[in-house]
Amino acid sequence: MSILVIADHHNTDLTPVTANVVAAAKAIGGDIHVLVAGAGAQAAADAAAKLEGVSKVLLADNAAYGHQLAENVAALVAELGKGYSHILTGATANGKNIAPRVAALLDVEQISEIIAVESADTFKRPIYAGSAIATVQSSDAIKVITVRGTAFDAVAATGSAAVEAVAEAKDAGLSSFVGEELAASDRPELTAAKVVVAGGRGVGSAEKFDIIYKLADKLGGAVGASRAAVDAGYVPNDLQVGQTGKIVAPELYIAAGISGAIQHLAGMKDSKVIVAINKDEEAPIFQVADYGLVADLFEAVPALEQQL
Amino acid sequence: MKVLVAVKRVVDYNVKVRVKADQSGVDLTNVKMSMNPFCEIAVEEAVRLKEKGIATEIVAVSIGPKTAQEQLRTAMALGADRGILVETDEQLGSLAVAKILAKVAAEEQPQILMMGKQSIDTDNNQTTQMLAALTGYAQGTFASELTVAGDKATVKREIDGGLQTVELKLPAVISADLRLNEPRYAKLPDIMKAKKKPLDTKTPADYGVDTASKVKTLKVEPPAERAAGIKVGSVEELVNKLKNEAKVV
Repeated sequence: MSILVIADHHNTDLTPVTANVVAAAKAIGGDIHVLVAGAGAQAAADAAAKLEGVSKVLLADNAAYGHQLAENVAALVAELGKGYSHILTGATANGKNIAPRVAALLDVEQISEIIAVESADTFKRPIYAGSAIATVQSSDAIKVITVRGTAFDAVAATGSAAVEAVAEAKDAGLSSFVGEELAASDRPELTAAKVVVAGGRGVGSAEKFDIIYKLADKLGGAVGASRAAVDAGYVPNDLQVGQTGKIVAPELYIAAGISGAIQHLAGMKDSKVIVAINKDEEAPIFQVADYGLVADLFEAVPALEQQL
Repeated sequence: MKVLVAVKRVVDYNVKVRVKADQSGVDLTNVKMSMNPFCEIAVEEAVRLKEKGIATEIVAVSIGPKTAQEQLRTAMALGADRGILVETDEQLGSLAVAKILAKVAAEEQPQILMMGKQSIDTDNNQTTQMLAALTGYAQGTFASELTVAGDKATVKREIDGGLQTVELKLPAVISADLRLNEPRYAKLPDIMKAKKKPLDTKTPADYGVDTASKVKTLKVEPPAERAAGIKVGSVEELVNKLKNEAKVV
């Protein structure tokens, strides 16, 4: 068995989820190769080569792959992937965009967002917004899988695999990159943070979100939000935690002014310790919270920040 | 141009589903079913394209049981011109659905194939990308803004760090993210009119698609329960618990 891991990266750096995906590949067992498809992506390939358990890194360095356009990257992965028993990638926006296209090109099904490896062909994955866990078995010749990063502990960066260049490069000519608007932030990445402080509709405005940022900074954590807070314009949408946003599982998740709808819980209920601060003692968030504080968040959050 | 919009009948998003005792799946008897919320957004976008004079015809398609007619009628009440129901009582995987949709697309020749980014039952997020692969079209997934001009579509996509804008050659497959639009409600006169709109019923066999799946669900279980938490009386008590009991700060 051999496994191809598609690296999630920004050319100059590897996103942390790749180390979690390699951990899932190790759980499956077999020779692990990592593909870095990008433009000017030598640094990302070097970082991938250090991941423990990786035996080879394939670097496809071409302008066609610079912005991870699915039409171009999927064609490359489907071509290279024919020689592997498993193709794995993180369940990130990028992984979700590319992997199903690869699966269809190979005429196999895809298993989305696995949280556990039972054996080389059997996996666990959440369905119905995490309300149920399905165990599925695939008899496809090549198993295309996306991995929920927070469900696997990252491998260490102690390896030293060889980096090999992949010559083939084609631009499908179907799509082109126009531009991007990235939210600037010095805080840790939401999905990798040990502490997440999240605010909801109860925070009331973009200005008042400041107390959430302050508490997050005090704890060295990331800021998250519910969909209500994003839709109300308090924070940008990449901070949304939930079924349709990011899935996080930090050591500590503090939910302030968040009622706890099923869709939000789907994104955070695997956190180690959950703290809920809400005025409404009937709020569903208290059913999953380890520590609940029925209080006005405008008093409790600053007080918490001061006392930590 | 013609727009094809795919809609799925799923358990209503407000329903708290329960796993069956025999672990064969979740219990869907007597549970409220609705159009998948992301599909509603896709229908709304198609209707807006028609209102802008870009789309000339909207064809809604659904693959599922006979009762999925209800969701097609809803799509028609919202503005779709006609419907196609590919009837099957099997639970099809994304690949089989994408193969059927690819055949429908080959017959209908739409310029835009619009759908939701994921269904809230299987949470797969695959069909759009698979359909794009099978048709050889460009894909604009997780769209939060769509502009169509000439033979190009410009799509603003929600990515992990923010937003990315791509330009796609038409025909293209687009998947709707939550923020693409705010879907409208169907008005009563439109619901009545929708009953008279044409609805074709087909089967997967009519399209020559083999729907057999290589992925088998062995069991479905409820997620691990979290141990019951406690309510604390003050911020002091909370800090104390976090420091000394949970040891997370």
